[in-house]
Amino acid sequence: MPHHNTSNPLRDPRDRRLTRVAAPSSLVLFGVTGDLAKKKLLPAMYDLANRGLLPPSFSLVGFGRREWDDAQFAEYVKESIADNARTPFNEAMWEQFASGLRFVHGNFDDDAAYERLAETLTELDESRGTRGNHAFYLSIPPKAFDVVCQKLADHDLADSNGSEGWRRVVIEKPFGHDLESARELNAIVERVFPADSVFRIDHYLGKETVQNILALRFANQMFEPLWDARYVDHVQITMAEDIGIGSRAGYYDGVGAARDVIQNHLLQLLAFTAMEEPPAFSAHHLRREKAKVLESVILPEDLGAYSALGQYTAGLQGGAEVKGFHQEQDIPADSRTETYAALRLEINNRRWSGVPFYLRAGKRLGRRVTEIAVVFKKSPNLLFRSPDKDDFGQNAIVIRIQPDEGVTIRFGSKVPGTQSEIRDVTMDFGYGHAFTESSPEAYERLILDVLLGEPPLFPDHSEVELSWKILDPFEDYWAEHHIRPDAYAPGSWGPETADQLMARDGRVWRRP
Amino acid sequence: MIVQMENTTTSTIEKKLHSLRDENGVVTLGRVLTLVILARAGHSEMAIEAANFASHEHPCRIIVHVAHSANEATRLDAQLRMGGDAGASEVIILHGYGELAEPTETLISALLLPDAPIVAWWPHDFPDSPGDSSIGKIAHRRITDSARADDPFKSLQQLSQQYRPGDTDLAWTRITSWRIQLAAVFDQIGAVPVREVIVEGAERSPSVVLMGVWLANALGCEAKFITQTERPGMDRVTLVTDDGPIELHRPGNTVAVLKQPGQPDQQIAMPVRDLNVCLAEELRRLDPDEVYGDVITKAMVSAELEEAVEDAMDGEESQ
Repeated sequence: MPHHNTSNPLRDPRDRRLTRVAAPSSLVLFGVTGDLAKKKLLPAMYDLANRGLLPPSFSLVGFGRREWDDAQFAEYVKESIADNARTPFNEAMWEQFASGLRFVHGNFDDDAAYERLAETLTELDESRGTRGNHAFYLSIPPKAFDVVCQKLADHDLADSNGSEGWRRVVIEKPFGHDLESARELNAIVERVFPADSVFRIDHYLGKETVQNILALRFANQMFEPLWDARYVDHVQITMAEDIGIGSRAGYYDGVGAARDVIQNHLLQLLAFTAMEEPPAFSAHHLRREKAKVLESVILPEDLGAYSALGQYTAGLQGGAEVKGFHQEQDIPADSRTETYAALRLEINNRRWSGVPFYLRAGKRLGRRVTEIAVVFKKSPNLLFRSPDKDDFGQNAIVIRIQPDEGVTIRFGSKVPGTQSEIRDVTMDFGYGHAFTESSPEAYERLILDVLLGEPPLFPDHSEVELSWKILDPFEDYWAEHHIRPDAYAPGSWGPETADQLMARDGRVWRRP
Repeated sequence: MIVQMENTTTSTIEKKLHSLRDENGVVTLGRVLTLVILARAGHSEMAIEAANFASHEHPCRIIVHVAHSANEATRLDAQLRMGGDAGASEVIILHGYGELAEPTETLISALLLPDAPIVAWWPHDFPDSPGDSSIGKIAHRRITDSARADDPFKSLQQLSQQYRPGDTDLAWTRITSWRIQLAAVFDQIGAVPVREVIVEGAERSPSVVLMGVWLANALGCEAKFITQTERPGMDRVTLVTDDGPIELHRPGNTVAVLKQPGQPDQQIAMPVRDLNVCLAEELRRLDPDEVYGDVITKAMVSAELEEAVEDAMDGEESQ
């Protein structure tokens, strides 16, 4: 952890303009030529510089197989910034940023390369004053974690014992593909880095989003009293993408929507929706409350009836011809990997007993949307009984995560002029229409938090394990029974079996 | 969309806004505050641009009062900007002539958003006591800009004497990134005693004075100001310690250099922040900035600093 001096004469708790700046530091990026680095990470770092938020002397070391020198690496970084940064290009700023760029070429198992990396970091400490503060960002396939972590340890790079500064490691999801592999992966990383130096990044869950959910629930008086089994009928959590798997076949085949999205994002959203109010905003308190919810999750007895899998077919989606999953490049014709998954969970505690949580995630669905819909019970109404029952339904609070983050409240209102006709109307709040334009990209915030050493919203290993414990029984059931995903048309909202899952409980999926 | 209205009243304007919303479905949901800009004739456009920019972070209704000659016949003209011409906000520009050259609560009250905080901003000159003016009294925050007033130092002294909780000055906002970096230095080195602070910058810059006063007051030492006409804005801050000087210097507009005893020089990305960014920062919090309050009231007139401040304002180097 960074050294905080509580007796800093310039820090006044009332002076809230003074945000914290990370200590001088360098970041070593493994996987610089990957899509993520190119489209998100490198531009985010430049945007941080442009906003004056990067630590002093910030240096970026690329590590990769390309035979680049520093100048060629800088050229590559510049291109990625020009294409993807959201702040305008500023030559003077670029020159300052570029002066901290280094490239170390080598394979992940090449001892000589790690020697050169160590020398480079020492050189940065001396010439730029990065003071031994180094973060390692592993934007690489999990199978390479083992060798990279081991080599970092072998070359005394992972451990700050006996030397100045801190060492941190950043890993991206997936954190394993089941409980066992998650444990192995964790053992590899935590053998080398202390647990509190490991930052697991889930970029779909930017800090802003999580804080918005918590603020809605706990900074208001009018929602929380209704937030339990007495008033809530059920909860639907949806993450839909309108795109296919694209060029991710190598990663996606054998993983599928449930492991890719439900295990991490949707279960995290479930935890934030269902958890009790933490006494403080610290990592420890938040994790404890989330863990309590995840531990209270119970699975349906009939795993088959209460889950549904799908694969998108070829067809016309929104006016364009798209490939089916089996026609995607590098996907075997007999692949059983699902591109859509839905399942039903319950939370067995006093607040939520008897309230089903329906989770669904898929690709090539109707539109891109991530949302949490809390659907309330029907009001016991005699006064405004509608002859056509479908006309007015259940109240709902919908928390939209993306795009256009906001909250929609759905309630009944009288139709003007009629006797006592009721229609559902919606009241909509957006976090500002153009808000996202100037709000920081999730990655900027994440990188800054890593450099500052602020972990609160990163899941820790126990949460990862708890999530696998929820998903693994489903995955085992699907594998054991050789469940073949049902076909669904691109641009639809998933296979019919998913609708049957809801129909079995007398409910329907919302149209997001 | 831009709508011109001549010789009108605010209730007619309100009706027009209402009908525009009905006809065109211009969305005005989720407004978080009303920003009232009090401008002089011929000086409003830059302020509106900054407000439009800030509205992307803080969706708001912007009311701009442009004061024309008080000697003309009393008349109110208006221009409404909505949709693409108004950022994420809706802008109502009121041109007041004659008696309406003076902005008052009664003039604008029909246009204020219900139940939302009011922020008043004087982009150039401001009344003798912003907190006592008609608009200032109903505003939760009052933003002045002493650096762009006709006489910056006189304005700063005026603010010092008339301070009310909720006041803030953009000269203070402009030094936030400097203050952040200097505070970060002490996060690393701890409470090292500082003998003297030396602040260098432009002549007639209230930011230079506020910076010196804040530092000297917080560090319990003396302040010295070196000001020159050719320097732009803030230029250099030096903290003299027993081990040597700690110096933060921004020679250009983008990159600053931090020099510390026994350390390699550190480059810091610290771009000059324009009016847009400063206003957005100002709107981020609507409760009083107590630290600014302390600096502008107690610290600026404290016995230890009074002389140095006066000398700086006279344009001389203090000793």
